[in-house]
Amino acid sequence: MQANHALNYDYSVAKCFTYATILFGIIGMLIGVVIAYQMAFPDLNYLAGEYGTFGRLRPLHTSGVIFGFLLSGIFATWYYVGQRVLKVSMAESPFLMIVGRLHFWIYMITILAAVVTLFMGIGTSKEYAELEWPLDIAVVVLWVLWGISIFGLIGIRREKTLYISMWYYIATFLGVAMLYLFNNMEVPTYFVAGMGKWYHSVSMYAGTNDAMVQWWYGHNAVAFVFTVPIIAMIYYFLPKESGQPVFSYKLSLLSFWGLMFVYLWAGGHHLLYSTVPDWVQTMGSIFSIILILPSWGSAINMLLTMKGQWGQLKENPLIKFMIFASTFYMLSTLEGPIQAIKSVNALAHFTDWIPGHVHDGTLGWVGFMTMAALYHMAPRMYKRELYSKKLMESQFWIQTTGIVMYFSSMWIAGITQGMMWRATDQYGNLAYSFIDTVTVLIPYYALRATGGLLYLIGFFMFAYNLYKTMTVSKAIEREPQNASPMAA
Amino acid sequence: MNMETIRELQAYGYIFFTIFLAVILYSYLYHLYKAEKKGTRNYEQYSNIALHDNLDDAPVESRTPSNKEKE
Ligand code: HEM
Repeated sequence: MQANHALNYDYSVAKCFTYATILFGIIGMLIGVVIAYQMAFPDLNYLAGEYGTFGRLRPLHTSGVIFGFLLSGIFATWYYVGQRVLKVSMAESPFLMIVGRLHFWIYMITILAAVVTLFMGIGTSKEYAELEWPLDIAVVVLWVLWGISIFGLIGIRREKTLYISMWYYIATFLGVAMLYLFNNMEVPTYFVAGMGKWYHSVSMYAGTNDAMVQWWYGHNAVAFVFTVPIIAMIYYFLPKESGQPVFSYKLSLLSFWGLMFVYLWAGGHHLLYSTVPDWVQTMGSIFSIILILPSWGSAINMLLTMKGQWGQLKENPLIKFMIFASTFYMLSTLEGPIQAIKSVNALAHFTDWIPGHVHDGTLGWVGFMTMAALYHMAPRMYKRELYSKKLMESQFWIQTTGIVMYFSSMWIAGITQGMMWRATDQYGNLAYSFIDTVTVLIPYYALRATGGLLYLIGFFMFAYNLYKTMTVSKAIEREPQNASPMAA
Repeated sequence: MNMETIRELQAYGYIFFTIFLAVILYSYLYHLYKAEKKGTRNYEQYSNIALHDNLDDAPVESRTPSNKEKE
């Protein structure tokens, strides 16, 4: 039952999403570096009128990296990995080709509209769910198109069993669909009450309920956008690049169900000591601690996949990116549960320790894995070897230094801040006023911003390396089986 | 219902769910190993789906012939 030899995998949609990943990565991370420097040097807020203020730019940064950079990275890898593990080419179905292209273009229009509206200051004020209702509808459309593409491809597959990465992609699709719909239930004020502009809306939930739905969403956005699809990537790209079978496929299945079950209950840890019911908080805490197990289950599975093959870590920068990604995943999934312990959260909440935690995960785990995936895909999609190994090595070290500067400065800043807020004199009066903490933290903010700048520089190196790979690198005749070919 | 009763019920619920979930988890593990022992499945070979993923590689497990196979 051999497939037709003239038939090839069709990467046209994957390529489009690759360009989008690079474009939105640059936009999102650039804005991130700007707002980081604004915290160290507040005068930078006034460079571009209302459009340059921290308040305007912050949601642009988060939406830019999450829904711009990362989502297009996820889609790019899906349109690559999906075909390969199902052993079916998109080209076999003209319908799926149309769906894929439509998916890309609607996605592009939606995200560009998101950038414009957020710059204009139009938003719902719900963290990570800032887009107004017309754009939410566009998001639903593009998500449904992605679903058609997933299940359509599954429908015509040759490989009977769905590889573990497929499970994770499907979970991403279903998880986000459910979360997004429920959290973005909103009332368009103009049409219902004649108030505001036509695009304005308010949440359908109020008060504490709104907070609970928001963090059920917010936390699981971390789960189903920052974690689940990245695990999908690493389960494909690390074995493939190293030529090693997954250390234990059974463990991958067990971790999958563990993660699915446990993640959904942990959102309460974002609302500790707030007005939500006590049992919700306790449950959030407990499930957060349990969450270490399935998280480390996947991460350790990946590290053990390299058993006896650690030499590859030295020779192949892609392996280095992926192993570091996995290590940072372990770091943030240990740090998160620690922060979810009630007494620790009393210190950590609202402080800079939280963005410290966030960026271990996003820069180290999500960013490294996404870039490694695109590096692995490039020689196969463009039939050229990777342009420069040296550049990749320097990129790796520059970015790793950036991440270390980022989280170490934020750990120190956060704990200092938390301690100062709580410090009292012998009569129980607060020992410091808010501005005291701010002045103490300024040097750490400068350090963090510079760490971010290093990461951004590394991202430009990545973009340049890929651009050169696509255009001038040496052509290769046969598709490499495992290790990606690269010029010194 | 007074607070004491609520707490007591919560405690019973907690014990019940802890045991129940632990049982489910271990049954799933048992199921995985048993399926392999009986030979109905060989989970570890599924790694090859990623390793041998060229379009002309033979699938690890083909879909049954009843499915229309395009050439
Ligand atoms: C076992 C896994 C994890 C647990 C239990 C966990 C727990 C937590 C906790 C307790 C907070 C702070 C809530 C607060 O006090 O404000 C938090 C914040 C956050 N975490 Fe994690 N975390 C985990 C893994 C991750 C990973 C892998 C990432 C990213 C890749 C991540 C991204 C975030 C983000 C973006 C926030 C900030 C939310 C906000 O805007 O306030 N987390 N997490």
